Amino acid sequence: MPSQTMLRVERLTKTYWTAAGPLTVLHDTSFGLEGGSSIAVVGPSGSGKTTLLGLCAGLDRATSGSVELAGESLDALDEDARARVRNSSVGFVFQNFQLIPTLTALENVLVPLELRGDRGCEPQARALLERVGLGDRASHYPVQLSGGEQQRVALARAFINRPKILFCDEPTGDLDSVTAESMVELIFGLNREHATTLVLVTHNLELAGRCRRVLRLKGGRVASDEPAARS
Amino acid sequence: MRFVLMMAWRDSRASRRRLALYSLSIVLGIAALVSIGSFTANVRRAIDAEADSLLGADLFVTAPAPLAAPLMDYLRGLGGEIATERMFSSMMTFTAARRLRLVQVHAIQGPFPFYGRFETDPAGASSLLAAGGDIVLLEPTLLAQFGVGVGDRVKLGTKLFTIAAALRKIPGESPGVAMMAPRAYIPLAALEGTGLMGNEALARYRAMVKLPPGRDAAGVVRQMRDKFGQMRLSFETVEERKRNLGDALRHLDGFLSLVGFVALVLGGIGVASALHAHIRGKLSTVAVLRCLGASSGQGLAVYLVQGLGLGLLGAGAGAAAGIAVQRLLPALAKGLLPIDVDFFVSWPDVLRGTGAGIAISLLFSLLPLISVRRIPPLAALRSAVVEGAAAAKDPLRFAVVGAIAAAVAGFAVWQTGSVAVGLGFTGMLGVGFLSLGGLAAGVSWAARRFVPRGLPYVVRQGFANLHRPNNRTVLLLLSLGLGTFQVLTLLLVRTTLVAEIRGAGSAGRPNLVLFDIQDDQIGPLKSVVAGAGASVAESAPIVTMKIVSVRGLGVEKLLADPHSRMPAWALRREYRSTFRGSLSGTEKVVQGAFSGRASPGAGPAAVSVEEGLARDMQLKIGDEVDWDVQGLPVRTRVGSIRSVEWRRLEPNFFVVFPEGVLEEAPKTYVVAVRAASPAQSAAVQRAVVDAFPNVTAIDLALVIDTLDGIFSKVEFAIEFMALFTVATGLIVLVGTIVTGRHQRIRETVLLRTLGASRRQVTEIQLVEYAVLGVQAAVVGGLLAVAANALLARFVFHVAPSAPAGQVAGAVAAVALLTVATGFIVSRGITDHPPLQVLRQET
Repeated sequence: MPSQTMLRVERLTKTYWTAAGPLTVLHDTSFGLEGGSSIAVVGPSGSGKTTLLGLCAGLDRATSGSVELAGESLDALDEDARARVRNSSVGFVFQNFQLIPTLTALENVLVPLELRGDRGCEPQARALLERVGLGDRASHYPVQLSGGEQQRVALARAFINRPKILFCDEPTGDLDSVTAESMVELIFGLNREHATTLVLVTHNLELAGRCRRVLRLKGGRVASDEPAARS
Repeated sequence: MRFVLMMAWRDSRASRRRLALYSLSIVLGIAALVSIGSFTANVRRAIDAEADSLLGADLFVTAPAPLAAPLMDYLRGLGGEIATERMFSSMMTFTAARRLRLVQVHAIQGPFPFYGRFETDPAGASSLLAAGGDIVLLEPTLLAQFGVGVGDRVKLGTKLFTIAAALRKIPGESPGVAMMAPRAYIPLAALEGTGLMGNEALARYRAMVKLPPGRDAAGVVRQMRDKFGQMRLSFETVEERKRNLGDALRHLDGFLSLVGFVALVLGGIGVASALHAHIRGKLSTVAVLRCLGASSGQGLAVYLVQGLGLGLLGAGAGAAAGIAVQRLLPALAKGLLPIDVDFFVSWPDVLRGTGAGIAISLLFSLLPLISVRRIPPLAALRSAVVEGAAAAKDPLRFAVVGAIAAAVAGFAVWQTGSVAVGLGFTGMLGVGFLSLGGLAAGVSWAARRFVPRGLPYVVRQGFANLHRPNNRTVLLLLSLGLGTFQVLTLLLVRTTLVAEIRGAGSAGRPNLVLFDIQDDQIGPLKSVVAGAGASVAESAPIVTMKIVSVRGLGVEKLLADPHSRMPAWALRREYRSTFRGSLSGTEKVVQGAFSGRASPGAGPAAVSVEEGLARDMQLKIGDEVDWDVQGLPVRTRVGSIRSVEWRRLEPNFFVVFPEGVLEEAPKTYVVAVRAASPAQSAAVQRAVVDAFPNVTAIDLALVIDTLDGIFSKVEFAIEFMALFTVATGLIVLVGTIVTGRHQRIRETVLLRTLGASRRQVTEIQLVEYAVLGVQAAVVGGLLAVAANALLARFVFHVAPSAPAGQVAGAVAAVALLTVATGFIVSRGITDHPPLQVLRQET
């Protein structure tokens, strides 16, 4: 597999204007990530992890610096164009699952493809639900599923559009340790199967250790960027 | 598009019942528009279908003098059929009750009506009119008022008549319009021996003509105007009657539709508020959709489709409710319409109502929905960013508000057919909404600042609900307040006008007016009045006349001049003028100088013109006005313009001549009498009519009864429409409570978890709804009192009357209604087990 750069971040800075004056939460951050690779972003609360993830995924605009995702410079795109990039190249897994409460598990998984106008993709969605072990819960609503089950639905949704890059924000943060472990297996398993690039934001150093690299943030700055120490 | 429709449908799953409830907000507004529009179409078709019977003839020719032989010869020469009628006011004595009533006598000769028929009870009694005899047909109101029936006897002049039947329907006449002087039909020949024959000056004479086939009524009228121009004839054709009825109908439809439209706009605000709450619960859904690649337009479209669905649902239900209400209207309007109205659904009007409903609902939906565009995908990671995005100013919001104002103005202009009136209505509505909204915001602010800390917990909590986040104080005060304002304003205006009329007869002022008094009767009549124990307050001669020219231009020329803004009624009417040497107590000169005596040979006599007439006729001091005083030309100039207190029951006139001009003209007198009691008033009327059968009387009680009767009929129609607004306000209240129900349940559970009793929770709710209800009612009530004061001051020129009891009663009723509605809709909130709710929160 050719290892071209999937994500390139150059001198990224994010400043919020508050009543007390400007507040810079991310300073001059740069890194790159090759296709099929994985990186864990770690650091204490308030260190800028989620901000970095949001900027990398095109969910927000940087104050300065640039982001190139799957060969597209996000800075030059308007919000709807970035949405198209997300739809075609990106998958998300959130800490609090973020399933749409009014849709069944199957319908939640289908949303990214239906947004494109694709039809007849239900078998694909059912197969993914089977893959995450929820083949028999397709018609259940989020409220009828446990936290771990909801996160597995979210994972199936993240992979339905065959993303080039998967962003995970504390994917096991709201789960117990046993459920979290099986979730981690699924994320990395699917990642391998689909050769997806992975960006993982986590407090969990053990989980971070399963990625190839670990980017450590502190006070909004990159404290270190080094290969993970494999256990 | 497929995704948008599918997502809109799926996303509505959990809230369909709630969304359906929100759609109810616009149902009543649409129902009002549909029912009024469709019913008006029914009436319009009935007018067309019964066109011939609108007059009962093809042509009416009416003259102020007996119909001259050449005129009758001409009419006979047309080759059709003719009937004649003599009409005059007279006192009718109900002999059994020993009571009198002013009636309009129609003495008929000939086979009238030619089209349609008199409907009588017992049926067929109208043939008795043609047969002759001393019989009379009376309006049913008279029979009920005096407790008489068929076979009983009444006296007209000096002659007794037998009541042959009650008149249910007269071709072309509304049974309800002659409340001041109900009609009495007698055979013309029966007039002999009543003593009422010599009263030519005050009677009107009419020929009812059935034209031969193919003869055009308008052509005949043109010919007669040329041929008999000097006879002061007036004409009415079926087409003219149809046009007049159509105009009146259009104005009524326009006015009532605007009243209904207020309810629709209010419902639109309810929809906007409910969708605002709906969207607040969808922030994370939209953010996730954006993360997954939905464009801002797709996000907006999903909820716009839901808003449109809501509008369609409301429109469908509104149309159905409107048609149901329309079925009730013919029965309710019976007695006000001159024709029978058959029910049919007028689909164009149903479309008009539903179209307006969908447009208003969609435009108001846009207000909360456009914020969906600005929900960033980042909100899926951090919910706090949504607050900032929502708070930011959105220029599109101003565009939506502008579109709403344009839609309201467009509808109002369309309905009224007048740009000025339509824009005026829109402006007034805007001012009303802004002042109510401003007051409501002030109430919310005051609730935060000024509620004493020493009050019991449940009371403080109830007040706190008025200003806490996501409160609906402004919305509820707006909807309930507007409804209260509309209904109470109507009630207060009625009270003000009735009180004014009642007051007109107080403090020694005249309360009985006698008129049609002949020249030679005035002296003896004053003695009769004095003999009955009352006193004559004022008497005035009356001379009838018509305008010939103004500033040298003839009436016909002025009427034909498209640039002349003088109203036709003022140019064509028969003036009943007086002459005297000084002003009366009800008059005040506002321009020029009053001249009490005309000097012979000093040019045209200086007359005094009432200010309203002077304004309509654009008359200035010095303008010349020529009159035809029963055949004799009289030249005058405007010497003074004066204000007149018309509401006092005293002889008042548009034009007052100086002494020395009209003394020799045929004239009658009007006399104002002060009677100490209703019994004395009745005694005076009996004594006068016994002595002078031609004299007629109006007493204050009759005026008040008539005014009350007119109000009851008009008020019913307006209140019926205003009730749509009140009911919409209550639906908005229900929607608001349901919208906040989830939040309420959570708070209730937390309170109960912390140890609050069920009773305490219920008391908090009661306090909150009571405070809201009282405030809405007080705000609406205050605005109604202010509107009544303004209307009284600037429109009716009277002192406003707003009895504290009436205002307090209305305020209490609205407050109670609010509390009851709130309480009923909130039932069950305290029944949720805390654990179940708390689990749902996690």
